[in-house]
Amino acid sequence: MAEATRLPIAPSPAAPSWLGQLSWAWVGVVPFFVFALMFLIVPTGLLMVGGFQDAQGHLTLRNLADLFQPTILSSYVISIKVSATSAIGGALIGFALAYAAIAGGLPAFVRPALMTFSGVASNFAGVPLAFAFLATLGRAGLVTALLVRWFGVDIYRGGFNLLSFWGLTLTYMYFQIPLMVLILAPAIDGLKREWREASANLGASGWEYWRYIVLPILWPPLLGATLLLFANAFGAVATAYALTGSSLNIVTIVLYAQIRGDVLHNQNLGYALALGMILITGLSNGAYIWLRGRSERWLR
Amino acid sequence: MRGRPFISWLLLLFGALYFFVPLLGTLEFSLRYLRGRYSLVAYQIVLTDPRFLATLGYSTVLALATIVVGVVLVVPTAYWIQLRLPRLRPVVEFITLLPLVIPAIVFVFGYLRLYNSSSFLPLTGSERSTDLLLTCSYVTLALPYMYRAVDTGLRAIDVGTLTEAAQSLGAAWSTILLRVILPNVRVAVLSGAFLTFAIVIGEFTMASLLNRPAFGPYLQNIGANRAYEPAALAIISFAITWASIGLIQVLGRGSPGQAAPR
Repeated sequence: MAEATRLPIAPSPAAPSWLGQLSWAWVGVVPFFVFALMFLIVPTGLLMVGGFQDAQGHLTLRNLADLFQPTILSSYVISIKVSATSAIGGALIGFALAYAAIAGGLPAFVRPALMTFSGVASNFAGVPLAFAFLATLGRAGLVTALLVRWFGVDIYRGGFNLLSFWGLTLTYMYFQIPLMVLILAPAIDGLKREWREASANLGASGWEYWRYIVLPILWPPLLGATLLLFANAFGAVATAYALTGSSLNIVTIVLYAQIRGDVLHNQNLGYALALGMILITGLSNGAYIWLRGRSERWLR
Repeated sequence: MRGRPFISWLLLLFGALYFFVPLLGTLEFSLRYLRGRYSLVAYQIVLTDPRFLATLGYSTVLALATIVVGVVLVVPTAYWIQLRLPRLRPVVEFITLLPLVIPAIVFVFGYLRLYNSSSFLPLTGSERSTDLLLTCSYVTLALPYMYRAVDTGLRAIDVGTLTEAAQSLGAAWSTILLRVILPNVRVAVLSGAFLTFAIVIGEFTMASLLNRPAFGPYLQNIGANRAYEPAALAIISFAITWASIGLIQVLGRGSPGQAAPR
């Protein structure tokens, strides 16, 4: 921590020249805003406008309506299903893990170890993660083979396929669970010991403590983090592409193919496809930010 | 729950299995190149493949460029916001969070539309300018992490006092930033840098769509054509991720925001 200053010193040295200073102060953030315009705002805005235009540049809602054709709609649906399932599964398991490590009565070394592993696992995504799951749960994978040898169970004969909805969901959860642990740990830290003791003093059971204290305080960060996980999975390309090639038609893979070779035979429909993705992740993240604002009131 | 560590251990065991089994599976798979016995042949093939070194080298250079551009962009901005323009903080924070909201593939789609070879700024026109565009794309990806890391670091020190002290000793703005502020947030900057490195080194989508010979597209290509080499590559990638994140943890143990040694 920094050496504490005894008095809060105002950073601006002279008050009367405040207005003049302000006009010059803007210059300091110009590079950042130029970068933001060039690489964040204008490219995205251009796509969004393109989604409302036809090939000649006239305004139209045709592209948005075309998103509801069966092949595109089904790609959105499967993307949403994979993202939602992996987010909810990741959230539940991640929350249980984080709670167990922080407030579950385990030795002190568990928490930092879990955090380190979570930091690594949440960043181990993309193409290598797909390889890892192929080597583990693919047709010739270690776990697939061991299940046959030890229990006589062939999961592939039982209908499992890594290159399917469940396979992709299971793979995504490898980074979703640790991400949840990392996001939720501060919120669980915020649960004060006194609340638990006070509720016990007043005669609350374990279940009542959870129902009336933990969940009312933790649901905004829990739900918020789930939404963040959803957006995280929804935008992922590399893992799915390396895992399933183009056999699983999620929306990012369709967009990838569209950027590569205009498979939809309509540039502007491609822009509308991107616009739809922005809308979905935007809503999901907007809700997250709103919920985070709500939860910060309690967890200070 | 406090009284029942058994359930906690059980949960943790499940978590550990989820984390380690795929790694063990990958490791075992990567050693299976020769029928009937374990060997390191897959690693040998990968490590002697000239494309492996070329693409890994390319991605490393790009990651370093990303870190430099990111630091140059983020540190002065976060410093200036803290010192002079605190009212802009929500706007800047919102912008830095955009890359978490908008998927990377959408950004690169936008770049291809905005900077294609027939546009006013044809960044995809030559290989060098595409490298520049890819670097900026990666800065975009790393922005949320870099900005948060630096901003947290800056909040832990007294930016106002440090600046006044430096100014009263006659330091110019460049001196203040380089020799006063930067050393004070070096732990935060380094954590942001290693995280950026971990994100950039295996990135697939942007590099692939901009057609650059990076490590991520190489991995994908090997995955589509080989059997055992991908597993070896996954282990190597995991080691790189582990090293980057591990270094952040080690750095974090040094007290953040501590004054630099003279």
